[in-house]
Amino acid sequence: MMRTLAGRRALTAWSFLTPMLVVLALVAGWPLIRTIILGFTDAGLGDFAESQFIGLANYRGLASDPVWWRAVANTIGFAVISVTIETILGLIIALTLNTHLKGRGLVRAAVLIPWAIPTVVSARMWGWMLNDLYGVVNAVLLGLGVIDKPWAWLADPVLSIASVIAVDVWKGTPFMALLTLAALQVLPREIYEAARVDGVSPVKVFFQVTLPLIRPALLVAIVFRSLDALRVFDVIYVLTGDNPSTASMSVYARQQLIDFQQGGMGSAAATFLFVIVAVFATIVVTAGRLKVGGVAR
Amino acid sequence: MLRTASLIVASLTLCAAFTSNAQAKVTVSISCSSLGIEMELCRDGAQAWAKQTGNEVKLVSTPADAQERLALYQSLLASKSDKVDVFQIDVVWPGILARQFLDLNQFIEPGKQDGYFQTLIANNTVDGKLVAVPWFVDAGMLYYRKDLLDKYGLKAPETWADLETAAKKVMEGEKGIEGYVWQGRAYEGLVCNALEWIVSNGGGGLLDNAGKATFNNPQATAAIDRAKTWIGTISPQGVLGYDEEQARGAFQSGKAVFMRNWPYAWALVNAPDSPIKDKVGVVPLPKGDGDKAVHTGTLGGQSLAVSKYSAHPKEAVDLILYLAGSEEEKRRAVKGAFNPSLKSVYNEPELKNDAFFSTFSKILESIATRPATVAGKGYNQFSSQFVRAVHATLQGQSTAEDNFSSIRTSWK
Repeated sequence: MMRTLAGRRALTAWSFLTPMLVVLALVAGWPLIRTIILGFTDAGLGDFAESQFIGLANYRGLASDPVWWRAVANTIGFAVISVTIETILGLIIALTLNTHLKGRGLVRAAVLIPWAIPTVVSARMWGWMLNDLYGVVNAVLLGLGVIDKPWAWLADPVLSIASVIAVDVWKGTPFMALLTLAALQVLPREIYEAARVDGVSPVKVFFQVTLPLIRPALLVAIVFRSLDALRVFDVIYVLTGDNPSTASMSVYARQQLIDFQQGGMGSAAATFLFVIVAVFATIVVTAGRLKVGGVAR
Repeated sequence: MLRTASLIVASLTLCAAFTSNAQAKVTVSISCSSLGIEMELCRDGAQAWAKQTGNEVKLVSTPADAQERLALYQSLLASKSDKVDVFQIDVVWPGILARQFLDLNQFIEPGKQDGYFQTLIANNTVDGKLVAVPWFVDAGMLYYRKDLLDKYGLKAPETWADLETAAKKVMEGEKGIEGYVWQGRAYEGLVCNALEWIVSNGGGGLLDNAGKATFNNPQATAAIDRAKTWIGTISPQGVLGYDEEQARGAFQSGKAVFMRNWPYAWALVNAPDSPIKDKVGVVPLPKGDGDKAVHTGTLGGQSLAVSKYSAHPKEAVDLILYLAGSEEEKRRAVKGAFNPSLKSVYNEPELKNDAFFSTFSKILESIATRPATVAGKGYNQFSSQFVRAVHATLQGQSTAEDNFSSIRTSWK
């Protein structure tokens, strides 16, 4: 009896799951497999049918292309720096918003605005603001006397990667802040009262109590943002185009696929990017002993 | 044009279908660029043809960004779709798309082809096949501030050295102004600029007819090295991130004395709300030194092609010959400053007495072409390697000669 009940339950579970699995297989599984297969062929854009299997030639091509390795370095550097800054800023903003301020709801909504603007739009907007001659950023800095001549925010190799990261931080911080704030708000108040009674310093409370308690939620937020950052495309493409000093792996893959019409090479680059993202996600999820549901094991 | 602005994706939107005659025979669909007023002009032209022939036309709108438009065309043509009969294509695309288009030689007798500029017909001919009919032509030009040059007693520059001297003189006298803005971002626009520097300095073209690289010669590398010296002196460092619109933004807001740009900027810098309206002049780009130095401009522009998969090729060809005919080209020139691809149209009174068009027809005599037809499908790859080398030189990473030597030498 027990067994049949369990069996029936399993059947019900599967019948609910099947539609989603089918949809996933169609919209995620099939394109992924096809991309991986194309990566081993010499397919050109527009003649996928006539392509031939060429083994690892595309990957050898990637491995010997300094522009590709520059893109890999750019992407990883971009992801590490921007996610670190976003996490720290997001935490600070969340802690501030968690106190009992007047008009907290309004501030919370205002903080979300950068996240709500489509990246292409905000990147284009920042592109204008960062223009060296008629941009508002240089106008303000010159007016305040911080700089003595206009800086080329989007042309100088070092400044342009810094600008791209800054724009991403502007956009990504609200996301981190909101997820952190959600975690902060469900923390039991008694712990803090107990800490106050014991006379523990606020700094110690933060590191010994708050941080460990919100760690699972924080890790989920970091994983989401990192996956986003590793496949970054729009903000970089809009601000600096195909410029190799800022191009990410996705920008490189797009250029191979569309501009050069090398379906095979582009697919190989996209597959490589997928592997890096998958490896990263596995490492973080295992190392953080983390369930993506947000509960520590 | 060559803007790399990544605009929000516009997929196939059937814009409008016009019924002009109850006894319409067939429906021809045409995809035009939607940049600026191009769509409006294209619609009016196609509509007039429909009225005249009793057919119907359907307009298919496309992304304003040329690179996105190419991607859309490629996927449409790859699926052998008959949804679009006539394609508006950029001057560098014939080599890439040749296999998907009809050979127009069978429809247009050679005598009629002679009416178009020879460079354009040659550019659109791939392996003896006429891929597209030239529609309008673009070339890089030098825009300058008449008022500022007058104030300092200067003339429009004849050589690059003149331009440097003039820019420096105005920059010394005026506050907060840059000398020369152009397109220095690492993209197709920089190929156009670099080609102009090289050809104007007598450095020759980029590839020969066999697809061999010809640009690593002293005149060519000297031209790029000269441009390097502009950065931080007469050109702002930010110019290395500029495309057409950013250069125009700087120039039109009165922050630059000279600008290199395409003809489209002419109507805009003279628009009623432009701060520099009526203060701008236009001349051919300066030349370098050496015996072979010439005034030149990189060839741009658009052509019309007919899809191999079209269900109504005859009507489609008829439509493009109407659109690229002298009446329609004149109308487009007067209304939108689109430069005709037919030589005879420049002799029409409306154009002949206009300083802009007469300057332009002078540039056409020694126009510089990008090696798109020779390199064919490999053109974008060539362009990317070339751009990388030029951009690195401008950023001060080694000399032009060094950077050029890293480019593949054979492109056939």
